[in-house]
Amino acid sequence: MSVGAKLLLVGLAVAALGVLTGFYTWNLTYAGGSPVYTVPVKYVNGHPVVDLKIQTVAAIGSKLSPNPDWVSYLVRTKDGTWKRETVWDLPANATIHVTDYNFDGDSGLRNPVFGKMYGVSAGSVQNAVYLDGKVTSAIDPTTASHVFAVSALGVVVAFQGVPDSAKNQCGPEAPCPLSNAHTTTEFTFHTKGPGHYRWQCFVPCAAGWIDGWGGPMQTIGYMDGFLNVEA
Amino acid sequence: MATARRLIGFNLLTGILLGIAGWYAGWFGGHALAGASSLGWFDDADYNEVSVFMAYIGGVIGFLVGMGFLNYPFARLRGYPPSLREKEENGWTRYFSLCTDHKVVGIQYLWGIGLFFFIGGLNAMLIRTELMRPNHQVFSAGTYLTIVGIHGTMMMGMMSSAILGPFANYFVPILIGARRMAFPRIEALTFWLLMAAGVILSTTIFFGGFPTGWTGYPPLQTQANAGMDCYIIFFALVGISMTLLGLNMIVTILTMRAPGLTWSRLPIFVWGVLSTAALMVLAAPVLVAVLAMGAFDRALSTTYFVPGGGGSNYLYENLFWIFGHPEVYILALPGFAIVLEFLPVFSRKPLWGYRLAVAGLLGVTLLSWMVWQHHLFVSGINGDLRPFYMLSTELISIPTGFTFICGMMTIWRGQIRFTVPMLFCLGWFFNFLIGGLSGVFLSDVPSDVTTHGSFFSMAHFHYTIMGGLIFTFFAAIYYWLPKMTGYELNERLGKIHFWTMFVFFNSTFGPLFAAGFLGQARRAVTYPSSLQFINDWVSVTAFLLGISMLVFLYNLVWSVAFKRVPAAANPWQSRSIEFQLPSPVPVHNFETIPTFTSDPYGYGEGPAPQLVPAAAPAGMD
Amino acid sequence: MAAEPAATRPRDGISHGWRVVAAWLIVSAIATPLVAVVLGPHLPPGNASTQASQQVVDNTVITSIVTPVICLILVFFAYSLIYFRAPRGATVLDGPPLRNDSRVQIVWIIATSVTVLFLAGFGTYELLQNGAGGGQGPSPVAVPSAEKIPVQVIGQQWEFTYRYPSFGGFETHELVLPADTYITFHVTSLDVVHSFWAYELGVKVDANPGVDNVAYVQTKGPTAFHLRCAELCGLFHGYMFGEGRVVTPQQFQTWAARQRVLYAPITKYLPPYSTTYLPDPQERGG
Repeated sequence: MSVGAKLLLVGLAVAALGVLTGFYTWNLTYAGGSPVYTVPVKYVNGHPVVDLKIQTVAAIGSKLSPNPDWVSYLVRTKDGTWKRETVWDLPANATIHVTDYNFDGDSGLRNPVFGKMYGVSAGSVQNAVYLDGKVTSAIDPTTASHVFAVSALGVVVAFQGVPDSAKNQCGPEAPCPLSNAHTTTEFTFHTKGPGHYRWQCFVPCAAGWIDGWGGPMQTIGYMDGFLNVEA
Repeated sequence: MATARRLIGFNLLTGILLGIAGWYAGWFGGHALAGASSLGWFDDADYNEVSVFMAYIGGVIGFLVGMGFLNYPFARLRGYPPSLREKEENGWTRYFSLCTDHKVVGIQYLWGIGLFFFIGGLNAMLIRTELMRPNHQVFSAGTYLTIVGIHGTMMMGMMSSAILGPFANYFVPILIGARRMAFPRIEALTFWLLMAAGVILSTTIFFGGFPTGWTGYPPLQTQANAGMDCYIIFFALVGISMTLLGLNMIVTILTMRAPGLTWSRLPIFVWGVLSTAALMVLAAPVLVAVLAMGAFDRALSTTYFVPGGGGSNYLYENLFWIFGHPEVYILALPGFAIVLEFLPVFSRKPLWGYRLAVAGLLGVTLLSWMVWQHHLFVSGINGDLRPFYMLSTELISIPTGFTFICGMMTIWRGQIRFTVPMLFCLGWFFNFLIGGLSGVFLSDVPSDVTTHGSFFSMAHFHYTIMGGLIFTFFAAIYYWLPKMTGYELNERLGKIHFWTMFVFFNSTFGPLFAAGFLGQARRAVTYPSSLQFINDWVSVTAFLLGISMLVFLYNLVWSVAFKRVPAAANPWQSRSIEFQLPSPVPVHNFETIPTFTSDPYGYGEGPAPQLVPAAAPAGMD
Repeated sequence: MAAEPAATRPRDGISHGWRVVAAWLIVSAIATPLVAVVLGPHLPPGNASTQASQQVVDNTVITSIVTPVICLILVFFAYSLIYFRAPRGATVLDGPPLRNDSRVQIVWIIATSVTVLFLAGFGTYELLQNGAGGGQGPSPVAVPSAEKIPVQVIGQQWEFTYRYPSFGGFETHELVLPADTYITFHVTSLDVVHSFWAYELGVKVDANPGVDNVAYVQTKGPTAFHLRCAELCGLFHGYMFGEGRVVTPQQFQTWAARQRVLYAPITKYLPPYSTTYLPDPQERGG
């Protein structure tokens, strides 16, 4: 074999290995994450305030996910559309007003303690939320549908499920319109200093997995996400 | 014409094609069996474990059929006489097909394992990229776990055969004066099973990866995505391959030694292979069994390891470590044997304390069965047995110490030549010293409470496995590759490789002892920000360690493919029998079976006995 | 003219050996006390609890025993690689054909055996005093006789919660302990295997579903300590960390009373206190 042919072969092997390596790394870099949503900030007397509207649905549907029957969080973006994005950029030391529209039924908590609201406020009442307008500090754990918990900020909020008897349930395609049966939970919490805080759900809401804790419960972009708190 | 016929005959190409066909057959069959409403492609991969398992099993069967593993049994069934025709083929195509020449299999192993070592190493680089910052940055939290899992599983699984695959397959028959292994087709099967396994593990990224690391503890294993199935199939195939490889080695060494090769004349490397093979044969089936139970839990909703259903995760932890602890000695023992085999050659002295060295290898083999619960000191299992496991674990340092004293006394007053293989062996002493002594902290329960599951234990086993196994793996490459290929490796590049690897290996894993002591947990994507300097330092030197591997790769390609300086028959002036054969070794090794009269370590005891007729021309059969 | 290779001179075996031993003794005599006295007190995990201090002692003892071993090997190799290197040149000389020396073997075997047996004995003694902060399973063997406050640690994906059965059975998200008190940690899990690691307290206990894994710790003065999960438990394993506090007994009583009131709305829904909880693993939510 001539030197040129050998060089060509070695070059091809290196190129093939390079392409495979690149594909592998690229695949991993984009796997299992979620697009980042930069939440718009208002300033009240120079203090950053954020309004965040989210909804929780029983099935994400085939338009927004390759896994149409997974449960999921959605966030309402600037242009008013609902997106399956669970990594949010937020300002530091800000007041965050969150409104959650929950369209999912109740699954019940594995650990009832997450039925207690914690680290959030409803108006001036600490450790409480407005559940359909009423100040609530805890819900019956068996009626919980989803939980929004940011452990590092000490935030725990349980969302009450829609009763099975309710009429006009949301269908298998998210986002769900507000005309469907839902519960509304409103609460306020504060981001502390800059950091990368994860948030998650604590209700075993992943159907079909042991402990209800596989699939969407273990994948960023469904029942898990991050708050990128930036200075 | 002959080449064209080989391309459409039974070879890697047909193997891959039939493998893919088998994969889809299993996939659709699995859907039909599980009563799925549609024969989906990937859309319901998370739900239908049955079809994922059946796809991979079908793929492996198709691959083996395509490689031609059924030709021989079918030929025998149809009444043809036994033959080893696969061996007679020559030319480059035999490296891509079922070949029963133990020397071809050895070289196949070297390249195959090298490829997956590269993938495992690439994942290590990705881990270090992510750990440059105390919080998550490049990869998503779940992807990081997948990367850690692939790195650990690939290295533990593929590198179990790092020495036995290439070097024992190639040199054990020669060292014992035989022309082949006892079971040549099984020998080829072990290699191709391992390659199939490696590919299957790599495909886990298409199924969402797996979150459990290489230990795969349930119930997390039971809970995980379909990527977990790739882990199960991978390790099961590796287990089967290891069992068969070990069995083949044991039978070969027991039954095929040439006349005069008594147990006390056996090269110490062959003793090391025998000990390792014994561990493989006894340990790997436990792994296959425990993974089968895990697969049943995942696919068939059994509850062997699900506590609420009457099972226990302790059952898995026990069974896994009954395999897992012998496994780490499967990785370490060949290193001991390589070091003891090479030191006499480069010290020009007989191996000191041959019986003690053998006792050391066998002692480790025996004791490695009695220590597994030291992985479970804080797990709450058998709290009252911890003093026993503490004692048995620390007892292992006695036979390990035999290897040290035999090696040290072998170089004592010798005529030491600092060749590249010798440098790697000396590097082994330093690395294994640190690795072994850091193990004392982990074997002592009160110290283990802090060090368990931290970067301390991670640094410890990298010192013993990378510093132990991989250093001797390279020693063996520099020592034996000229004999295998017939071409010299560049010595200057070899020395650059050794020094960069030795320095950057230590500057990578040394500081990690401190990181673990200061509270950095294994497999966690975050760490206290006070540890960022250590981690940045480690990442930088880890990248440099990766570059030192490229020096080796360059040396290999340059020396073997381009420069091509023919190697002398005996470049190291060794008395061992393989260096009395020409380089590369002829197809059937020996024209006449040699008769041994001594062990190969008689340096300073007169001229070496002539075991092989001096003028055996290469290529004669 | 180059000197004759050292190893070929007569009687050198003995003098080489004594030189190595002498060098080793000198190096070890300097290094070992340095390691024990200077490095020892800085070894982890610190002095926040009796168990942590005990582990520091253990680490110091092991490091002090390991140091002379490292010195021996390094001195041996430094000496050998300098004195026994082959002269440069084409001719390959053989060394002396020494195949064995039973005295060396016996000394080596006795020395390693004594060291190993001492280490195992010492470790067992340290372990059996009070369990050294490690998880001992549901029926612990090393039980300190002092009065203890039980605290249950419940691992779940991906947070530890803490239950105080002797203070009304409330469950909280934060771990607060009284100073100068013996604590019994009852560690269990609701799903997969976790490991409760209170670094500064020297406590590491695996959390297994359906198992009550017990560990003891005696706190010292008020301090903060780091908590972390040390067994891979899924997606957010790397984020399962936090901080705990040791406070004065008065502060602890105040804190406990406040938590009891705060969590009262949910405490009534909690299952009765038990050493383990096993929610249905086949729970198929949705």
